[in-house]
Amino acid sequence: MLSQPILQTTDSGLYCAAGDFYVDPRRPVDRAVTSHAHTDHARWGCRRYLAAAPSEHLLRMRMNENAEFQFLPYGETITIGGVKISFHPAGHMLGSAQIRLEHQGQVAVVTGDYKLETDPTCQTWQPVKCHLLVTESTFGLPVYRWSPPETIAADINQWWKESRDQDKCCVLYGYAVGKSQRLIASLDPSIGPIYCHGAVQKGNDAYRRSGVQLPETIYVGDIAGKHDWRGAMVVAVPSAHGSPWMKKFGRVSTAMASGWMAVRGARRRRSVDRGFILSDHVDWPSLMTAVEACAPQTTWVTHGYSAVVARYLNEQGRDAIAIDNRSRGEDEEDTTAEIPEATS
Amino acid sequence: MIRFAELYHALDSTTKTNDKIAAMKDYFTDASPADAAWAVHFLSGKKLKQPVPRKLLRRWAADEAGIPSWLFDESYHAVGDLAEAMSLVVPQGESTDDRSLTSWIEDRLMPLREMNEDHQRQAVIDLWRQTPALTRLVVMKLITGGFRVGVSKRLVTRSVALASGIAPEVVAHRLMGNWEPTAEFFLRLTDPDAQDTIVSQPYPFCLAHPLDPDAGPKPLGDIDQYVAEWKWDGIRGQVIRRSGQTFIWSRGEDLMENRWPEIEAASELLPDGTVLDGEILACLPDGEVLSFGELQRRIGRKTVGKKLLTEVPVVFHAFDLLEHGGRDVRELPFSQRREQLQNLLCDITHPNLRITELIPATKWQDWQEIRQTSRERNSEGLMLKRKDAVYDVGRVRGTWWKWKVAPYTIDAVLIYAQKGHGKRASLFTDYTFALWDGEALVPFAKAYSGLDDAEIRKVDHYVRRNTKEKFGPVRSVTPTLVMELAFEGLQKSKRHKSGIATRFPRILRWRHDKNPKDANSLDELLELLPE
Repeated sequence: MLSQPILQTTDSGLYCAAGDFYVDPRRPVDRAVTSHAHTDHARWGCRRYLAAAPSEHLLRMRMNENAEFQFLPYGETITIGGVKISFHPAGHMLGSAQIRLEHQGQVAVVTGDYKLETDPTCQTWQPVKCHLLVTESTFGLPVYRWSPPETIAADINQWWKESRDQDKCCVLYGYAVGKSQRLIASLDPSIGPIYCHGAVQKGNDAYRRSGVQLPETIYVGDIAGKHDWRGAMVVAVPSAHGSPWMKKFGRVSTAMASGWMAVRGARRRRSVDRGFILSDHVDWPSLMTAVEACAPQTTWVTHGYSAVVARYLNEQGRDAIAIDNRSRGEDEEDTTAEIPEATS
Repeated sequence: MIRFAELYHALDSTTKTNDKIAAMKDYFTDASPADAAWAVHFLSGKKLKQPVPRKLLRRWAADEAGIPSWLFDESYHAVGDLAEAMSLVVPQGESTDDRSLTSWIEDRLMPLREMNEDHQRQAVIDLWRQTPALTRLVVMKLITGGFRVGVSKRLVTRSVALASGIAPEVVAHRLMGNWEPTAEFFLRLTDPDAQDTIVSQPYPFCLAHPLDPDAGPKPLGDIDQYVAEWKWDGIRGQVIRRSGQTFIWSRGEDLMENRWPEIEAASELLPDGTVLDGEILACLPDGEVLSFGELQRRIGRKTVGKKLLTEVPVVFHAFDLLEHGGRDVRELPFSQRREQLQNLLCDITHPNLRITELIPATKWQDWQEIRQTSRERNSEGLMLKRKDAVYDVGRVRGTWWKWKVAPYTIDAVLIYAQKGHGKRASLFTDYTFALWDGEALVPFAKAYSGLDDAEIRKVDHYVRRNTKEKFGPVRSVTPTLVMELAFEGLQKSKRHKSGIATRFPRILRWRHDKNPKDANSLDELLELLPE
């Protein structure tokens, strides 16, 4: 146990009193230290944001432009109110960072979202030793074990080839920013042309501006009139599935790329033809590896199967607590779905 | 086995009916008759007699994966399917066993039942170590039962028909009742010259379509083309009298033996070569039909005591004739079948075997009015049947219509949620609803259906964010969501906390416009109780 952790949990999220800032706040606050550009971490409406330098284009694209931004290269340190802050690659997406805080000899690391596998569109996760580790647990159950990303990429390209040979158009669903670019980077452009949904293409542009190499992609909206979509790959957001937008592609084979696809029920509910198990979060073995490598005295578990992971770590002789009891639904790998509210 | 696992995954990875039929047809064409018979067995929903208790499987899976058993159980609840949880959590094995489906089942799985626990455990662990995830999922499904691969018996029937060139109706008939999954069975199933002479074999049931309650019966056309009878809430059954023996089948193709002694006794009066379709009802000697709740007291009893026989006598209400004088008469028009049925039963007087009453009318309005009295008769409404219709296989549109009375409805508050199974696994889809009793919310009904996918996702999201307590897989949630529930019947019950049991509760719609305070009370539910 840590007697005086530098972080505390509040209704607005993780708060560091010494530096008077929040890490990935849940509500608009004065100063946010932001792990990455997904909206469940980069909350809209804060006055100031501090984030890792490679996330600049993405954050500016998504946040209110009147906010004050400060960007710090990975590994460099800034001091706020006596708290040393630095960002370290989290491997989740372009610019995603683990946030390291140091105050009076105590080190805390907030992982944000992270994965251990390599990803051509972002820097690979590195372990950071700490006293307090705050880790996500979206896929914190032993049912989730990822295959090597090369295997998945090969499966996706194989599916594309087979569909092309059957004169079908492939539609591949992934989250607009992060997952889609990772998918595009692993596609084999020799198979056919790659088209993108508007939201995905916007993400591609931000990635390219940030210096990430992606194969050529064409915005679907730029194609006017009748067009032959056979053999093409269309990368789209999941909400496009079954929408009228899809009609133009003619005969399609559809697929979803997500960690949730590991479970049949989730795959079948999507009613897509294929489910590729590709996630930008840690699976069960990686989560255990990461905790081992960071060697914290205390682990706080959040965002997902928090209680399960905390209980397991405790049984393994580690000190751990769940700091939230919300579990993520399967629409929520990287985005926040709207919350139903009863009228009153 | 590998070929069957491939079939399973082909079926699992498509939502298109034609693709499924094509995949099954290919399998039935290529497979040995014995393998094909086992495939028909499993795909049409039959199971192996549980070879290993599920509890033991859970324990061994946790051991083999090197995790505590509570963690395996958490994983199982998240996945919603034991076979799948085992295939995901237990480390992958190497494929070393390429024997046939039949050999897998008969030489590896069925012997498990006879083993002691130690041998069972070793055999199951060997099996895990010898199967990669995909094959293992299928093997474990064979052990745990419940395929849920989006294939109905009807699709299996059509695929067998396509593969064999036998008419689907004939295949459907041959698949009815009890059969053993053997090579001989499959050869007979697909033999163009086979004689259909198994004495106990029932015919496939003809099912009714619901009539659109808003449109009413007018779109059906000329009233002279139809007859109407009461739609009773009992157990649909087929009474078979052949070779001096009686067989009573339920619609779920259960052979109900010794359960309805009164009806069995009555059936002895039927001539050989007779098959009746009808409804088993709890019914007093004066003809009054009792509620389904009364009938329920007799369901599930292996033997029926004297007291229960007097309190809840049952009557077979025959409404159709499928076989007469040993001849299949399903191709005759309804009016002729009905006439033959009347002639047949007018010679037989037995209090436990009756013919249904046809309700006279000259205009639709007549039926509309009498339908309003359904509830007081413990009836669900009317059945409308075309006079010129043959007895169809399955739910064919346009011949039989069920015209039910409007259900009871009430606004209730969602208080507990649990994850579903199969396609709904890992989503909170199974809800318990409560009504007000003073300041307290008292649970009174569970409802699992009625919301669309988008709504289910919203409720799932709400449950995850508003969990108050967890009791195993059940979550109690902040009581905020109000839904309108519909149900067919109501009766007092000592087994329910609310003191009342509902029949077929389901969600009619989500009342976004209502606060929990606006939900109904238990007293208001009690007022709906029939006198």
